[in-house]
Amino acid sequence: MAILVIAEHDHASLKAATRNTLAAAARLGGDIHLLVAGSNAAAAAQQGAACAGVAKVLLADAPQYAEQGAENVAALVLSLASGYSHILAPASTFGKNFMPRVAALLDVAQISDIVAVQSADTFVRPIYAGNALATVQSADPVKVITVRGTAFDPVADGGSAPVEAVAGAADSGQSKLLGRELTVSARPELGAAKVIVSGGRGLGSGDKYRELLEPLADKLGAALGASRAAVDAGFVPNDFQVGQTGKIVAPQLYLAIGISGAIQHLAGMKDSKVIVAINKDPDAPIFQVADYGLVADLNEAVPQLIAAL
Amino acid sequence: MKVLVPVKRVVDYNVKVRVKADETGVDLANVKMSMNPFDEIAVEEAVRLKEAGLATEVVVVSCGPAACQETLRTALAIGADRAILVDCGETELQPLAVAKLLKAVCAAEAPQLVVCGKQAIDDDANQVGQMLAALQGWPQATFASKLVLADGKAQVTREIDGGLETLEIGLPAVVTTDLRLNEPRYASLPNIMKAKKKPLDTTTPATLGVDVAPRLKTLKVSEPPRRQGGAKVADVADLVNKLKNEAKVI
Repeated sequence: MAILVIAEHDHASLKAATRNTLAAAARLGGDIHLLVAGSNAAAAAQQGAACAGVAKVLLADAPQYAEQGAENVAALVLSLASGYSHILAPASTFGKNFMPRVAALLDVAQISDIVAVQSADTFVRPIYAGNALATVQSADPVKVITVRGTAFDPVADGGSAPVEAVAGAADSGQSKLLGRELTVSARPELGAAKVIVSGGRGLGSGDKYRELLEPLADKLGAALGASRAAVDAGFVPNDFQVGQTGKIVAPQLYLAIGISGAIQHLAGMKDSKVIVAINKDPDAPIFQVADYGLVADLNEAVPQLIAAL
Repeated sequence: MKVLVPVKRVVDYNVKVRVKADETGVDLANVKMSMNPFDEIAVEEAVRLKEAGLATEVVVVSCGPAACQETLRTALAIGADRAILVDCGETELQPLAVAKLLKAVCAAEAPQLVVCGKQAIDDDANQVGQMLAALQGWPQATFASKLVLADGKAQVTREIDGGLETLEIGLPAVVTTDLRLNEPRYASLPNIMKAKKKPLDTTTPATLGVDVAPRLKTLKVSEPPRRQGGAKVADVADLVNKLKNEAKVI
């Protein structure tokens, strides 16, 4: 049986999470087909065709896929679903949005946010903010799965799959995009960054966050993140949030600055390779997961760190 | 316009759960249970719609054991008008089963809007709202940080990985809540007392004609690998030295 992977892309290029999802698909065994649903998305499809392990790219190029709305993407995936044993997408806000619709209409369970493939029907997924790992087995004829990107190393280039055009499903007309406010940044994407500088409520204000953390991120070539408390307090936009219900990250180096380490924050970053915590409270729970904890006033320590790098 | 809000009884968000020694699940004995925080935000939003004159009735529904009545009473104390318990006893409920139960409740209640939490903090599935929307053939707007109702439509601002987007969807529809949609109120004592007298009906999956048998079999629940953290450094120079020479990450 073949495996269908739904690509996350911006029409011009594939998002990194697509490559992680392809890596999870490769563990299942079977031909991998990559669906690129977009509008003028030939460039993204070409990138998909070059990914190692992809046997075929299905390109559904139609205006109704320009915004990647859940109703239309789910209808398209359903129209293609027969003949596939597994359907996978990244567990990003893109995949989380439409995949449960696919599962419900196929009358099968969805297996969310898998971190390991044990066999073609058995998967490991975190529950309770990552404080437990559930190994689950699906008896459904089709496995609908979202994949935690940080748990699978991305596939490299090395393929040369054919790109086949597929017809789109009818436009549902149920949803209209009024606008997007996307964070524009020259920094690496949070989900794919090797180094992340993350700030919490301890910074005190958005101004302080920018004054202290931006130069540090510049020195390290790092992405910027934040705890829920810092986002709730309005220091930074929502897409900075690292945690159970925000972004899940696992960089080589994660610097937690002024972050106490609530359970839901730890859930989003505790798989980082090296964790540094700077906090003036020696009892902050973040120190329990930090490889290098520095008990210090961040107003002094961060400028010193910038100077020392 | 009637608004339906599904609520789930989960382990309180402050509790750090422990995996059972026999790896059959997590230990829930004597653990504090609360309403799923995202569902609390959903109840608050629905009650605000009613207070703004945009909704006529807020109905809350919970699927689970009889103890979910407590969760429903909490929702009634926040300001919901009426509650429905779908008593499933101790049966394990998975998202698809819950979505089907909610579909049956929608058939009886005919809400124009369903507001639910984006995910429950126990199974972290993030599925039910989207599944319900699909089963109903309705549009959806997930991860909402702002909801505006006007002219029979909903304008919903969504928190997405790249930032924010605003959708306009027709009603009926499903909206799932993100953290920053609102800050739920604390129920006042008089409202907690009043909530005890509000109507709470009970039904069952059999009455609703829904098969809730689990589709996924949990083979085991284990502890994640424990991090060896806790080491401290003396100062910034020590930190930089260790990052360069010991961890070799900079």
